[in-house]
Amino acid sequence: MMRLPLFAFRAPRTLDEAARILHGEGPDAMPLAGGTDLLPNMKRRQQVPHTLLSLRQIDALRAMRFAELGARLGACLTLSDIASDSRFRNGATALAQAAAQVATPHIRNMATLGGNLCLDTRCNYYDQSYEWRKAINFCMKKDGVTCWVAPSSPKCMAVSSTDTAPALMALGARVRLVSQSGEREISLTDLYNNDGMNYLHRKPDEILAEVLLDSLHDWCSTYWKLRRRGSFDFPVLSVAAAARFGKSGAIEVARIVIGSAASRPLVAEEAAKFLVGRSLTAETIAEAAALAARIAKPLDNTDFDMSWRKKVTAEFVTYALRELRGDDVSAERAAITRMPSI
Amino acid sequence: MPEQKSPPGGKPNGNDGDLRVIGHARRRVDARAKVTGQTRFADDISLPRMAHCKLLRSPHPHARIRSIDISRALAHPGVYLVLTGKDLPIEYGILPVSQDEQALCLDHVRHVGDPVAAVIAREELTAFEALDLIQVDYEILTTISDPEEALATPTPRIHDYGDEGNIHKRVALEFGNVDQGFAEADEIFEDTFFYQGNTHLPIEQHASVATKDPDGKLTIWTSTQTPHYLHRALAKVLQMPPAHIRVIATPNGGGFGGKSDPFNHEIVVAKAALVLDRPVKICLTREEVFYCHRGRHPVLMKFKTGVKKDGSITAMHLQTLIDGGAYGSYGVASTFYTGALQTTTYHVPRYRFQGCRTFTNKPPCGPKRGHGTVQPRFGQEVQLDKIAEKLQIDPADLRLRIAESSNAVTANFFRLSTVNLSECIRRVVKSSDWREKFRKLPEGHGVGLACSAYLTGAGLPIYWNKMPHSGVQLKFDRGGGVTLFCGATEIGQGSDDVLASIVAEVLGLDTFDIRLYTGDTDLGPVDLGSYSSRVTIMAGNAALQAAERAKALIAEAVAERLSVPVERVRFAEKRVFDSAAPGNGVTFTEAVCLAEARFGTIGTVGSYTPPKSPALYKGGGVGPSPTYSYTAAVVEVVVNPVTGWITVPKIWIAHDIGRALNPTLVRGQVEGSVYMGLGEALMEEQEFRRLPKKLSHALVHKFPSILEYKSPTSLDMPDVFTELVEEPDPKGPFGAKEVGQGPLLPIMPAVANAVYDAIGVRIDEVPITPEKIMKALAEKKAGRAPRFGPSHFPHVEWPEALRVPPPWEGGDGNAINDVPRRDKAKPEQPHKSRTPEKDQVLSS
Amino acid sequence: MVTISPVSQKSAQIRFILNGEQTDVSFAPYKTLLEVLREDLNHTGTKHGCELGECGACAVLLDGKPVLSCLLLAVECNAREVETVEGLGANGTLHPLQDAFADLGAAQCGYCTPAILVTAKALLDQNPHPTRDQIREALSGNLCRCTGYLQIFEAVEAAVLEIASHSKST
Repeated sequence: MMRLPLFAFRAPRTLDEAARILHGEGPDAMPLAGGTDLLPNMKRRQQVPHTLLSLRQIDALRAMRFAELGARLGACLTLSDIASDSRFRNGATALAQAAAQVATPHIRNMATLGGNLCLDTRCNYYDQSYEWRKAINFCMKKDGVTCWVAPSSPKCMAVSSTDTAPALMALGARVRLVSQSGEREISLTDLYNNDGMNYLHRKPDEILAEVLLDSLHDWCSTYWKLRRRGSFDFPVLSVAAAARFGKSGAIEVARIVIGSAASRPLVAEEAAKFLVGRSLTAETIAEAAALAARIAKPLDNTDFDMSWRKKVTAEFVTYALRELRGDDVSAERAAITRMPSI
Repeated sequence: MPEQKSPPGGKPNGNDGDLRVIGHARRRVDARAKVTGQTRFADDISLPRMAHCKLLRSPHPHARIRSIDISRALAHPGVYLVLTGKDLPIEYGILPVSQDEQALCLDHVRHVGDPVAAVIAREELTAFEALDLIQVDYEILTTISDPEEALATPTPRIHDYGDEGNIHKRVALEFGNVDQGFAEADEIFEDTFFYQGNTHLPIEQHASVATKDPDGKLTIWTSTQTPHYLHRALAKVLQMPPAHIRVIATPNGGGFGGKSDPFNHEIVVAKAALVLDRPVKICLTREEVFYCHRGRHPVLMKFKTGVKKDGSITAMHLQTLIDGGAYGSYGVASTFYTGALQTTTYHVPRYRFQGCRTFTNKPPCGPKRGHGTVQPRFGQEVQLDKIAEKLQIDPADLRLRIAESSNAVTANFFRLSTVNLSECIRRVVKSSDWREKFRKLPEGHGVGLACSAYLTGAGLPIYWNKMPHSGVQLKFDRGGGVTLFCGATEIGQGSDDVLASIVAEVLGLDTFDIRLYTGDTDLGPVDLGSYSSRVTIMAGNAALQAAERAKALIAEAVAERLSVPVERVRFAEKRVFDSAAPGNGVTFTEAVCLAEARFGTIGTVGSYTPPKSPALYKGGGVGPSPTYSYTAAVVEVVVNPVTGWITVPKIWIAHDIGRALNPTLVRGQVEGSVYMGLGEALMEEQEFRRLPKKLSHALVHKFPSILEYKSPTSLDMPDVFTELVEEPDPKGPFGAKEVGQGPLLPIMPAVANAVYDAIGVRIDEVPITPEKIMKALAEKKAGRAPRFGPSHFPHVEWPEALRVPPPWEGGDGNAINDVPRRDKAKPEQPHKSRTPEKDQVLSS
Repeated sequence: MVTISPVSQKSAQIRFILNGEQTDVSFAPYKTLLEVLREDLNHTGTKHGCELGECGACAVLLDGKPVLSCLLLAVECNAREVETVEGLGANGTLHPLQDAFADLGAAQCGYCTPAILVTAKALLDQNPHPTRDQIREALSGNLCRCTGYLQIFEAVEAAVLEIASHSKST
């Protein structure tokens, strides 16, 4: 049986208290929400925090508020809370689809929105036990010096593997970060950094407290995830797309985000810009898909062959855009997700 | 057991209506324990004062151990004991010819994960933390990562035994004039295939608890499929009398062959319990289970097959190159198995087989469901699909033309019993609507067909002996209780239910009336283990014999009481009565008392020894079986031409079972085999990662986790339409043949053949992934052969083949160019010539 | 606020409802619910196949929802309700799911069975008439290596009918 290392445990009831503890404990403390990412990592000794700061007792973090102008989602809402809520449809469909495809039903009952957004970057050289990592003399991300994915790389190439981040970035989400010294609101896109080790612009004493969404009235969105099996697996490529169409049928605004193809979710800006003012014809979709796929840089540190992951990126963008156009892509979706309800 | 003309337990064409237990879908005897969580698996056992064990494993793929310093670990609070190789130096291994393992490596580590030291502590966490305090000084040796590298790198040797350098075993057999056969062929096909290694992945991780009994003897509860072989290994390594060792095989939480070797952790906790005089437990982590492995060998294969225009095979030449990993395990048997069963499905009149197993610095391969026969079955069935296309014969029709027939003796002298392969083919052709689908579905949709055969029990034991392969004791008490004792091991397949159902049927009882003590070397007579699909036929026949003997005694006593001829005494519905006047009878309890009064305490025994095989040549011990099961399957696939993404919506399968003792369990074995086969076909891989040689000597399992080793989920499982073909086999109890392994075999080739039907590319390699399909499509687009697969078969220095003329060329089962052996002239005792503990390499 | 310092002794304590029974237990604070159930409460019906959330064998119901006990700190279960396979039957009779699993071959080796049973129970509690697809999805976090799942689906469907016929007759 794999065992957790010893740790001190704190479970405050308010966010203020949590922020105070996190500030006092410094980087040796880590917030614990659903535990489905952090606890396996601790069992493998990838992370060995001195103190675990449980956020589960803080009611405010589990609130879900909808208003005319948008929604505020507490970071400790579970992924099941989100996947099963019918208010995440139409404009926010991408979020519901992403949440519903994370891991397994059991994990979605535990894992939180904030936890998935802050998910540790993943890599076949890193998500291993202490003993395994010792056998490769460790890697840059933990206890070693080399990034074995790209030994000459000065930075860690671990992969952003969150499902909800690409979806929420496509939806233009912001996040509220709270610390003892105050709070700030940033675009979710700005939370991420393309570095497998320092992948979040979150300061160690900050708690991701809320996700904020503007009204998505008139938007439509979708999320496509590539993984080997119908459940369990992290994404090894994902495409989130959201768009608002004008009366003519032409796109007014679009956002395309490619997930699991770098150390952060990648915004396909050129592709999105290209789409503005155009109708989604087959040619437009093909061009946008090619532009979007260009930014994907998968490496050999996840499931599936990296060149194949790169090769199919355009096809996945195509699925997403065809779906936004209103095509029936249910057969493709069923073949890929194997989940009848998605 | 005497020769039987009709199936033991019932006439071949007997009235099935007479059977009240056998053949009926029933709740298995151990079901209640399983659905209430009360089945006690090894890790569920907890004893007073129990300590916990963790193993320090080698971080290097290949190294010499210069020294080990355990002092800091030993001084760590809560640590009771630290063991190293010096404490357990005696070598062991499952096969007498491959005694090459040490419970803790003494001076040589051969793969990442090889155990070097053991820490036993009050808490598991303490033991784990203390591992890091052990200092091991290693001298790094050259890493050998695959068979080609092993062939090219004779030194350093991974083992100092074996055929040569890092070649563990080379074999060559030739049955008939193969070159002549090729000369007579209208077409000759040459194909190279690769079958990737994969692993069993039972959900239960191996666990063991050992304790020193109050009288100083040793007891170990462990998740093993082979308690008897573990018993022998423990006696050897611990140098204890076997009579002082009790092995209790706890019900296995899945085995699939992965718990069939004696394992280092079992020996270590036994030693620790003896030293500490307190119970010691170990439960492996999932990663450690990947290091135990003993899974499917990666095999490179070259098939050369000559055929006539009508599809009949004139000759076949098969070469296999096998990646054995770091230890022998069952490897010598595995090597022979890659060439053994080619002849048992279709008529192959002349056959040459050359196999070579190499050592590499990876966890050892061994027997996984279908042991050694799965890889060449893939090659053979895919090649047949190619042959059928070239000859313009429907692949189903081709197979129907060349299918082997009942009671045939094959070119390599395996005696078949009932063969219902053709009926299996006809069933799946009909149920799948094959004729309307094959080559007729739209682009991207396809169907593929494949067949297989598998042993119903290995004909010879793993170590040479003349004793039965399985024994059963029955004890009867005055309350009408029947208690069965047998060494057979319940690994989920339903062996307890098989035994209970046979005894219940014979004695007119309900299965739940039987109390079972199985898998315990102290309580039950030996059964060799749950491998090679042997339990139903061997333990089943032993149970049948014991039950029939008890029945005879009880019937005699009851006949006397009822004053009727003994032939008229019937057993049914817990009564023993006059069949001519069913009202005239006694309860079963009364009947047992009558028998006890008449004969004294009632207890009977039964045992089973497989029939002698006509394959008398060296190596002919691998492959003979009392009878073989047959399977045919049709798989439907949908392939996306842009991404190569594969979906399998439906599978049709028909299995020649002889007779289904419990159809519910039989169907479960078929569907479970389909599931595991589909995993192998599409996603499962035991893959390794070699770091850049300039920077590191590391060779690690790429992802020893249940997340990254892909086992299909409930969402990935297609609909399966199962049909059972039932012609009771004279060799099986009530006519039963095996079902645990055979139905896995046709799945992988049927998927490959379906992919070709769907999209016109050949994937001559397992697993069949979207990436490979895309590469093959790219080849097709470029005008090259539309194929993905290995390009060559490397040069191997093959030994001179043992030449065995097949029966139709006047052969007697012996090789004509072998060194003469003493007792060759006595075919009824063909194994006498074998050197005990040397030559015997059989099974699973 | 709960505060526990890093020691391996049984310094943590919770009171929770285990299978309907108020339960107090002391344990080493690093332990997950899985370890406490199996090692400190002798409830070994809940199994484990990886302890990393990758197989589903350790599933239990937490306040009625299936979760993985290997990824849940026991200290976080104070005042919660936990249901395991041991709590499925009542008064010596099996739950209809248990009966159906036993009769229809849904348990082969039986190792993944306890987790699948509680997961299926949560499904039926929430959705008494699930479709085959809904059953597939609900069980998609429970790996089974033996059965190929099909007999498990059938057993859940049989239990649905049994429960429905029972509730009609009462």
